[in-house]
Amino acid sequence: MDLGLTDSELKFRDELRAWLKANLPKKMVKSADNAKEYYQYLSDWQMALYKGGWAGVSWPKEYGGRGSSFIEQAIFQEEMALADAPERMGTIGQGLVGPTIIAVGTEEQKKKYLPRILSGEDIWCQGFSEPNAGSDVASLETKAVLDGDHFVINGQKIWTSYAHIAQQCLLIVRTDPAAAKHKGITALLVDMKTPGIEVSPLKMMSGDSMFNEMFFTNLRVPVSAVIGKVNEGWNVAITALANERANLGTGLYVIFKRNLDAMVDQAKRLKRGGRPVIEDPVIRQRLAQAYVDLEVFRLNTTRSLSMLNKTGAPGPEGSIQKLYWSELNQRMAQIAMEVLGPYAQLTDYDGGRWVYNYLRSRGNTIEAGTSEVQRNIIAQRVLGLPRSY
Amino acid sequence: MEFDHSKPQRLLQQSARDLFARQCPPKRVRELMATDTAFNPELWSAVADQGWLGIHLPEQTGGIGLGTVELAVISEEMGRACFPGPFLGTVWAATLLAATNPHAATLQKLTTGELKGAVALLEPEGGWDLADIQLQATPVEGTYTLSGKKSFVLDAITADVLVVAARSPKGLVLVAVPASATGVKIEPTAALDATRKLADISFDNVQIDPDDVLADRKQAEEALSKSLDVVALCACAEMLGGMQWILETSAEYAKTRQQFGKTIGTFQAVQSMLADMVLWTESVRSAVYYAAWAIDADPADARRAVGIAKAYTSDASREVANRGVQVHGGIGFTWEHDLQLFYKRSKALEILTGDSAYHRAALVELVFDQA
Repeated sequence: MDLGLTDSELKFRDELRAWLKANLPKKMVKSADNAKEYYQYLSDWQMALYKGGWAGVSWPKEYGGRGSSFIEQAIFQEEMALADAPERMGTIGQGLVGPTIIAVGTEEQKKKYLPRILSGEDIWCQGFSEPNAGSDVASLETKAVLDGDHFVINGQKIWTSYAHIAQQCLLIVRTDPAAAKHKGITALLVDMKTPGIEVSPLKMMSGDSMFNEMFFTNLRVPVSAVIGKVNEGWNVAITALANERANLGTGLYVIFKRNLDAMVDQAKRLKRGGRPVIEDPVIRQRLAQAYVDLEVFRLNTTRSLSMLNKTGAPGPEGSIQKLYWSELNQRMAQIAMEVLGPYAQLTDYDGGRWVYNYLRSRGNTIEAGTSEVQRNIIAQRVLGLPRSY
Repeated sequence: MEFDHSKPQRLLQQSARDLFARQCPPKRVRELMATDTAFNPELWSAVADQGWLGIHLPEQTGGIGLGTVELAVISEEMGRACFPGPFLGTVWAATLLAATNPHAATLQKLTTGELKGAVALLEPEGGWDLADIQLQATPVEGTYTLSGKKSFVLDAITADVLVVAARSPKGLVLVAVPASATGVKIEPTAALDATRKLADISFDNVQIDPDDVLADRKQAEEALSKSLDVVALCACAEMLGGMQWILETSAEYAKTRQQFGKTIGTFQAVQSMLADMVLWTESVRSAVYYAAWAIDADPADARRAVGIAKAYTSDASREVANRGVQVHGGIGFTWEHDLQLFYKRSKALEILTGDSAYHRAALVELVFDQA
């Protein structure tokens, strides 16, 4: 048990601090200000991180990463939060597709895709869920038939986040309909510009369209786009999902901490009964709950990365992280509503961020594996309980 | 950086677990909780001989010079065994003596287990703030006399030495008092966790030996605050051990108990409860070991770290204990099942050094008001 930093870790931290001091954007753009401006702000930041060599701390050097340990990844997250740095763009590519390509991709695939993920030039989406394959994603029906050196793909995906802006897609399809449901699946790395893909945005209850439907009509994808082996795509999907659960949590602390700071700021500025809201003992308890839960999340994240550093591959603890952060974000969004009182319902108050956060967070316990699925995984893989389905 | 036990810490944990499995099985805990003191000399010696009463204190004070992380390791294992008797009271008293009067012969005797201790802090109002300490210390020729009442004093029944927090006209005072001193009257109070005894103490014009005046004003406040952090941390680590016991016992039960022709662990409603218990237990582990580390290695952050740990753990431990009973069904609600030991210990620890609401209120002042 030693949370102190070794000499090389200290060196890493000091270099990062110096770099942040010189390169952190002078102006803070908030997500609610203007979608286009915000997108540009995040792209610029991502490119700056990449050029500075900070975009993929624990990724191999030869593919644009820094080749550092997961411990340094943890230090990186801490420093980003301390510096109040912007969130990172392309979370699907960085958190899920990239680690999957590193784990099972060919040398050529690594060279081709990884640097562009880190630079933010390629936004990825993840073509997994279908109308009849949500939590039970292995029952997917999108069909791929071999025709010479191409697969011809027909079918539909749904809830595909970022498909409307993505350049690439990690797509899973059924290549052997006769095999058992986990056995006939293949994973493909698909260029979103390929003819035969139609993306149709789905409006979320928050009013924006982050996820989409994707329709494939005779989409032709070369066999060289297969990642892993034909009919062994389920393992690729599992690797991706495990990384998604393990990694998405690590960047979120920065975002949540910014939310909490803004919430406290609101509580200091708004008055009720002639007194600042932050003097209300009930609100004080609620803000402290958010703070405690958030700090424990930070500690869990650091501990997970420290464990990952020993084991090398994310395990079921990723499900604990996913379950934790999704419910935390919902609780925090509710606490913000309580701080704001009647202002909570105004969609243009404070740039609309609080209404947006509240509605958007509702999806957190559904996307990336529902809380029920996470609990199943924990019960079965951590405690060894029998399968319930 | 390594956010995990080191090899020596793992060995320590294993040896504590083995010792308690041999010498402190639930049957023993039940025998002791039925007594007036919950004290057993052999069990006490077994722990004292390991040096665990002073595991976190420097060698010149009779300790073994390890740290708060090691104290947390032992506390976690004690929680897992629902260890009865005056360990915490003695460690608390020793911690205060080490901070104020490290050369006292009494301290050596506490760390070796020859004497047992207790810290008299709370008063009938039951407030954990230092401002709530009102027991009267009247200055008399370089020392004090004490008059008034202390309540909820953990391990006072078995104590040879009481460390008492009192208030003189000039501020807070810390003194050591032999439990046998004239004018000291210790009366047991019945409390839900019978594995550890609480008592009321009345002080009737008790004369303090000048050598037993440990600290006053700022020094007394600091020593008391820091010792409260250590005790809160021990409480959290004990809760963690108890949570782990409840989780493992409940998961095991869910794998064997049959209803509707299936093991109940097949049912998602049961799995969900157990999964939440994993999440709470693992989160408490992160919070506890960070705080234990911070107390020694980053004292500036210790107050915040311990506040977070106690606020989170007090709630999480209660939730886990409740789910544990629910998973067990009727048997979990009986006197016969050992769950009751851990259930009651959890509640007592939730209260000790202040519950979640108390620590949350303190954290808001610390991190938001002053920001």
